[in-house]
Amino acid sequence: MTYIMNWLSKAAIPGLIAIILIFGVVKKTPVFDTFIEGAKEGLYTTIKILPVIVGIMLGINVLNASGALDMIVSLLKPIASLFGIPEQVLPMAILRPISGSASLGLLSRQLKEYGPDTQIGRILSVMMGSTETIFYTITVYYGAVGVKKTRYTLWVSLIAGLAGFISAILVCRIL
Amino acid sequence: MLNYIWVVMILLGVFWGLATGRLENVTEAVISSSEEGVQLAFVLLGVMCLWSGLMQVAQKSGLIKSITKLTKDFFAGLFNVPDNHPAIGAIVLSFASNFFGLGNAATPLGIKAMESLQTLNDKKDTASNDMILFMVINASCIQFIPTNVIALRDAAGSLDATGILPHVWISSFISTATAIIFNFIFRNIAKKRGIK
Repeated sequence: MTYIMNWLSKAAIPGLIAIILIFGVVKKTPVFDTFIEGAKEGLYTTIKILPVIVGIMLGINVLNASGALDMIVSLLKPIASLFGIPEQVLPMAILRPISGSASLGLLSRQLKEYGPDTQIGRILSVMMGSTETIFYTITVYYGAVGVKKTRYTLWVSLIAGLAGFISAILVCRIL
Repeated sequence: MLNYIWVVMILLGVFWGLATGRLENVTEAVISSSEEGVQLAFVLLGVMCLWSGLMQVAQKSGLIKSITKLTKDFFAGLFNVPDNHPAIGAIVLSFASNFFGLGNAATPLGIKAMESLQTLNDKKDTASNDMILFMVINASCIQFIPTNVIALRDAAGSLDATGILPHVWISSFISTATAIIFNFIFRNIAKKRGIK
């Protein structure tokens, strides 16, 4: 099982590239010229999202470095324990939607602290694996196409994220 | 919305830093974040060009059209995209990259799909229904193999690093289903109140 999974994840990228190129050659597309043409567009897109990335980084880093994030976590602890949510998973629940790299760092630290095969360790892993960096994704994707009014995107994403966290806890308790 | 959240994030940080005497850290964070932002964009630059290039090949050769045709019936009910429009192909590829944990490929492919959806959007500064649906499915994370989590578990000495996969799948499924359901609930509410 583990072997197949590892193989699949290793083969995915080379496989996809091979499929795209083989299809292109079969359909007689000037493959390299077309690739360069598209790659140029990638350059413009990245330049377009650079300011967005700098902006969102600023928000995340300031919140994190000032200790305000820890403050929010400690404020939420009593509420979490009221609902039977283990307080060790709260920092992850707060950090995960905001920053992907910060939550990966947190996961690495917490897995070593609590052990990867304990219930807390398993809940943390499932949380990390089944939720997404909501704020980053929304700002960067919308920023890239110039959409400013995101309507109800954030609300639905947050509700879905919350559902992911709660189910991570429940699934790890049941299974 | 994001305007307010951004301001709240920064001001909360600044005032909390002021109150707890950690203004130095805040200053450092301000400077480092611009550096980090540029670094991240630079890391993205390469993969962005790579996947944009490959997507162009896929589009020109008609691969995207084939994918669109294959998956049309499945997505037609969810997305309101005209028949054979390449947006569906781009969406499918983006979901696939998330699904197989292609990591860095996900952002370029996701942005490609958004650009494709933007061509169908009437109000360019406002998110269309399809864009929102695409975003919330993306934000709820459809991942088959969370490579980085497994790697970290392994590094922490787990005896069963991939043992959490079924849990991840169930949990991902629940959050994606929640995203889709609430997307339609909110869409109906917005419709009733008239789109702002």
